[in-house]
Amino acid sequence: MEMKLDPPWQRALEQIKTWARVNSPWVIHYNSGSCNGCDIEILATLTPRYDLERFGIKLQGSPRHADVLICTGPVSLQSRDRLLRIYEQMPEPKFVVAVGSCGISGGAFQGCYNVVGSIGDVIPVDAYVPGCPPRPEAIIHGVVALLQSLQKKDAAPQSVEE
Amino acid sequence: MDAQQIGKGKFVVPIGPQHPALKEPGHFEFTVDGEIVTGASVRLGYVHRGIEKGAENRNYTQAMYLMERVCGICSHVHATAFALGTEKLAGITAPPRAQAIRSLVGELERIHSHLLWLGVAAHEGGFDTLFMYSWRDREVVMDLLEGLTGNRVNYSVNVIGGVKVDVDDAQRDAILKGVDFLEERTHHYIKIITTDETLLGRTVGVGVMTKEQAIELGAIGPTGRASGLERDVRVDAPYAGYKDFPVRLVTDEAGDLQARFVVRMKELLESYRLIREILDHLPTGDLTVRAPRRIPAGETVSRVEAPRGELFYYIKSNGTDMPERVKIRTPSLCNWASVINLAPGYKLADMPMILSGIDPCFSCNDRLIKVNDRSVSQVWTWEDLRQHGIEYYR
Ligand code: SF4
Repeated sequence: MEMKLDPPWQRALEQIKTWARVNSPWVIHYNSGSCNGCDIEILATLTPRYDLERFGIKLQGSPRHADVLICTGPVSLQSRDRLLRIYEQMPEPKFVVAVGSCGISGGAFQGCYNVVGSIGDVIPVDAYVPGCPPRPEAIIHGVVALLQSLQKKDAAPQSVEE
Repeated sequence: MDAQQIGKGKFVVPIGPQHPALKEPGHFEFTVDGEIVTGASVRLGYVHRGIEKGAENRNYTQAMYLMERVCGICSHVHATAFALGTEKLAGITAPPRAQAIRSLVGELERIHSHLLWLGVAAHEGGFDTLFMYSWRDREVVMDLLEGLTGNRVNYSVNVIGGVKVDVDDAQRDAILKGVDFLEERTHHYIKIITTDETLLGRTVGVGVMTKEQAIELGAIGPTGRASGLERDVRVDAPYAGYKDFPVRLVTDEAGDLQARFVVRMKELLESYRLIREILDHLPTGDLTVRAPRRIPAGETVSRVEAPRGELFYYIKSNGTDMPERVKIRTPSLCNWASVINLAPGYKLADMPMILSGIDPCFSCNDRLIKVNDRSVSQVWTWEDLRQHGIEYYR
C-alpha cells in the first residue's frame, strides 16, 4: 500500500524514513556457498571488540524484517534460488552487501562446476567488501559506507542501484 | 518457518536453509508430536561448490589454496592434510621445525575453533552473555594467529615441503602471554559450564549417546570422545609435530551435551600445554625442503585431527603437476548421523543445542550431492552418471 501525500509532506516523510533507516538498519545474513571464513568474521563484528550494534545495526532472523542483506560466498547452484527468494521476500527499499572476494568474483572457487558465479550475477549489489576474508573492520567500513551513501541521497526517491 | 500437518497431531517443522540460529545453510525437518520430536531429517548441499573436481584443474600449489577454503574455521588442518599427503607421494618430508610449526598453528586453530563453538553453543542455549565473553577472548587467539601468519582466517601457513612462517622471539613471547590469559579464562569457563544452573538445565542428560551408539553411528572427534570413545588421530597415528610432542587424550563418560562442553574445554587446556611445550622445544633448522613441481604417480591417504574430529584425504597423482583425484572426508559429515538418531524423544527447543553439540560445519560437508530419483535405477554406472551430469547442467 502506497501512501500519496502532497509533495512537501512526501519529502518530509522520505526524510524521516531515511533517518530511521540510517540510524537503525536491520541486517540479515545469508551464506550462499562460502567457506565460513567470511561468516565467522561477520559474527565477530557483532561481538564486544568490534560491536557493530553501536551503529544501531541489528542482526535479524527473518528477511521480512530486514533492510540490508549481507551475503557471503560464491553462489552455488543449490542456493541460487534460495538467495533470490530471500531477496524477494525483503521489503523495499533493500540493500545488499557482498562480503568477501568470493562474493565479488567467485574468488578461489572460480570454475568449480557447482558455482554459478558472484552474488552480483544473481541479485543487485550495493556495496562490495573485498578480502579473503575481509577483516571485521573492513566489513564495518562497508556497512557504514553504505549507510552514508543513503544519507547523501536523502529524500530523493530511492531505487536499488546496480 | 511454516509447519505442515501430517497425520493426527503430528507436524513437520521445516527449518532453514536460511535460519536465525546457525550461520550456515542447512535444511532440517523435524516431525513433532506436541513438543516432542519424533523424527528428524537433514538436507545438505547448499554450500556444495565442487571443490574436489575443482582441484583436478589446478596444480598442487593452487589446489592447496582451494583446500584451505573447504572450511574457513579449520582451514589449516585441511592444508596440512593435503600437504602431508602430497609430500608422501613426492617422497619428501618437511623439516622438524616446519612440522612443529604446523602443529603449533594447528593447536592455535583448535583454540579459536573451540572458543567459537563455546560461544555459538551458548547462544543456541540462550546464554548470550557467555557467547559475548567467549568471542571476546577468542580475539586474543585471533591476534596471535594474525601476528604469526598475517591473516585472521585462512592462514596459508603450509607449502608443499614445509611452512612459510617462522616464529621469532617476540612472537613466542606474545603467544605465551596470550596462552596464559586464555588458560585462566578457560578455567573460568569450565567453572561456568559445570556450575551454572541455567546452562546445566539445558545440557545435563540432553542428547545422551552411549559409547556403543557412538561406535555404531561412527561419531568422531570431541563428540565421540564425550561418549568415552578413545579416538584421536593425534594420539593414534601422530602426524606432523605430534610425534615429538605427544598429546594426552581427553575423554568423558557421560555422553550428554554437558560432556561435550567439558571435553572441548579440557582439550583447550591440553592445547595450551602443547603450545608451551612446542615453543620451549622448537627444533632449529630449515623451514622447507625443495619439492618437485610434478608429483610422481601414485595414491595415498592422509589423516589429521581437525577441531571437529578426524579429517581424511585421499590423493591420487598421475605424474603431472595436477592431482588426478582428491577425495576429502570431513568430520562434520560423520557426526550428522548422531544428531539425526539422537533427536527423537527430546523437545523441539533442545534441537538447536543438540545440533550445535556436534559443532556442525556445513561448508565442509557439503561436497556431496545425492541424486534421488526413483524412476531410474538406483545403481548408476559411470556412463549413466556422466550422461546425467551432461543433461542436468545443459
Ligand atoms: S572470500 Fe575467502 S573467506 Fe570469504 S567465503 Fe570466499 S574463500 Fe571464504
